Amino acid sequence: MKKNLMTAILMTVVTTILLGLVYPLAVTGLAQVIFPDKANGQLMRRADGTLVGSALIGQPFTSPGYFRSRPSAAGAAGYDAGASAASNYGPTNQKLLDRVKADVEKARAENPGVPVPVDLVTTSASGLDPHISPAAADFQVPRVARERGMGEEEMRRVVAAHTEGRQFGFFGEPVVNVLELNLDLDRSSRQ
Amino acid sequence: MTPNGWLQILLFLAVVLAVTKPLGLFMTRVFEGERTFLHPLLRPVERLVYRLTGVDERREMRWTEYAASMLLFSLVSMLALYLIQRLQGVLPINPQGLPGVDTAASATGGYVGSAFNTAASFTTNTDWQAYVPETTMSYLTQMLGLAYHNFASAAVGIALAIAFIRGIARKEANTIGNFWVDFVRCNLYVLLPLCSVFALVLVSQGVVQNFRPYDTARPLDPQSAVQTIAQGPVASQEAIKMLGTNGGGFFNANSAHPFENPTPFSNFLQLVSIFAIAAGLTYTLGRMTGSQRHGWAVLAAMVVLFLAGVTTAYWAETRGNPILSGAGVDQTVSAGQSGGNMEGKEVRFGQAESTLFATVTTDASCGAVNSMHDSYTPLGGLVPLVNIMLGEIIFGGVGSGLYGMLIMVILSVFIAGLMVGRTPEYLGKKIEAYDVKMAMLYVLIFPLIILVFAAVSSVSSSFGTSQLGNAGPHGLSEILYAFTSGTGNNGSAFAGISANTYWYNTAIGVATLFGRFMMIVPMLAVAGNLARKKAVPPSLGTFPVTSPLFTTLLVSVIVIVGALTFFPALSLGPVVEHYLMYAGQTF
Repeated sequence: MKKNLMTAILMTVVTTILLGLVYPLAVTGLAQVIFPDKANGQLMRRADGTLVGSALIGQPFTSPGYFRSRPSAAGAAGYDAGASAASNYGPTNQKLLDRVKADVEKARAENPGVPVPVDLVTTSASGLDPHISPAAADFQVPRVARERGMGEEEMRRVVAAHTEGRQFGFFGEPVVNVLELNLDLDRSSRQ
Repeated sequence: MTPNGWLQILLFLAVVLAVTKPLGLFMTRVFEGERTFLHPLLRPVERLVYRLTGVDERREMRWTEYAASMLLFSLVSMLALYLIQRLQGVLPINPQGLPGVDTAASATGGYVGSAFNTAASFTTNTDWQAYVPETTMSYLTQMLGLAYHNFASAAVGIALAIAFIRGIARKEANTIGNFWVDFVRCNLYVLLPLCSVFALVLVSQGVVQNFRPYDTARPLDPQSAVQTIAQGPVASQEAIKMLGTNGGGFFNANSAHPFENPTPFSNFLQLVSIFAIAAGLTYTLGRMTGSQRHGWAVLAAMVVLFLAGVTTAYWAETRGNPILSGAGVDQTVSAGQSGGNMEGKEVRFGQAESTLFATVTTDASCGAVNSMHDSYTPLGGLVPLVNIMLGEIIFGGVGSGLYGMLIMVILSVFIAGLMVGRTPEYLGKKIEAYDVKMAMLYVLIFPLIILVFAAVSSVSSSFGTSQLGNAGPHGLSEILYAFTSGTGNNGSAFAGISANTYWYNTAIGVATLFGRFMMIVPMLAVAGNLARKKAVPPSLGTFPVTSPLFTTLLVSVIVIVGALTFFPALSLGPVVEHYLMYAGQTF
């Protein structure tokens, strides 16, 4: 018993050094050499060096002329990547219904007569979802085209260029990265 | 439901079945002490660890010493994790300067039992998380404390399963192996090499691995506030989180967070890694007991139950929420969207990969999530809850799934024996009163812990129901899920419940400890008792444990035991909520 207690203490110390220190440091070293951009979060910077964000992390868009992201429950204003979170509203929660109703009303005012795609009025699991579905992007085309003074067909072409199919043509679902789409719109309007 | 969605699910199953044999064979060699291709590299390390810790690798243990060593190790390592959390404020590798857990300066503003809850939860392979990692745990705590326990608790589980298999395989033996040797070999030859490769593959998909302080971005839209982006050594922890069926997220959003699970392919690999070792262990079982067909028969039962779960969840979630349809939301499946109930789900995963993940993570005792179970439709959310209630033996947690399943096998053999009026036998061993008593103890302790704690919480407004995020029957489901997840050592949650309180931290912490160790002891007692027995040659009256008939009986016993125990509680939660949802009732 006493010997096994001693072994338990030594085993905790020795394996903690190996698995809790050597292993993660070795992986970090290799990752930083082989995939430096990915290991650091695929950060995007402006010409002056300030950080715009990460290609993987969604951002909120409220100004006119932008495609909107999904609603977010992360942080008070949404899309707080220092506090990822979901609404955790159950399917019969009155607060869920109230929030969805308000968002549906807003969406319909912008694009009347068209059914509202579900991901546009529901919060994601992380609160940081960088994507919307192609249906949700298509729904917003008339409004953004109007606000930017572009033709709807031209806008659809830009959206199509930013629509990613299933990974390797098989895994997951087709998506549109909202930040990258809006960045592209800003870039081309500046030219 | 779409053809592509089903193909993703079936490809997943095919890959799991494809790795079963090679992994199972490899683990058999490791635990029988045979040479593997990793020996030239790792054998010197193994020897060094034994020398430093004073382990004699040839020494065998009786089941009592095996259990005592395991308990001592768990106690010591749990204490270490508790201390790391409390002292992280003065320890290095803490770029955010986070204070010690449960201190006045911490997010909880004082002592609420959070450090105890986390220590218990990670030591027991539960990884229930009441805390918010981004604002609570320093990088050092994450890797030295939490990621370490992801390795340790997984290795303990696998070691125990191997000891149980030895109990079945050995004849007239007093011992069932050496805990320290099994533990070290599991870590060195199985977990560490797999994780090293897996972590780098995850980084290639975009999982971060760094020690940067949190970044601050000025978002594109000038009206948006400054965005803080949490970073950290995520990939190294993510790999063992999945392979060891731990499930504790580096971030609050767990495998839904784009830095933990950025692409559908990283998601697919994470799914496979949850089941891989548990599937391989069924092959190890067949190999070590000399009845390979028995290993496959057990695996078949797991596959049947897995398919039942994923079909139900995928169907229910794709159907969507009728209350939202009434509000003008388009939930139909089309080329432009995966449709269905998207509250708490990520667009890149859609319905197929989200519901598959929810099923797999609760079939196993993983508890990682890539979508929020709390926001599932009642029947969709019923699936993860029932999976845990069945004992997480559908592939199951690494090790714990197999020994849990073998307890059900013993009960099945016993029931078959009663039906034909003969002393039941299992792989040449007579199953007698002592074995069945211990197996029943294992089966009964589980619901006792869950139902008592859940009952107390659901009638206590001051500390129980006051913490709920949803009212009505869904609130009861939140409480029930919390204690089922804790006791079952799963760790996933109906996360609307605010559980970082003194009562829930203490009660769930205790539930994780009881749910692990109070069930391991009777399990090891059965192993020790079986090892001592003489082998009886099979006769005409022996019930074969290799046939489809056996698989059917095993599935029936699992479902009946689970249903009889939990149906009343379930009918008051998810079942009644399902009917209320279709009646348009909200709370």
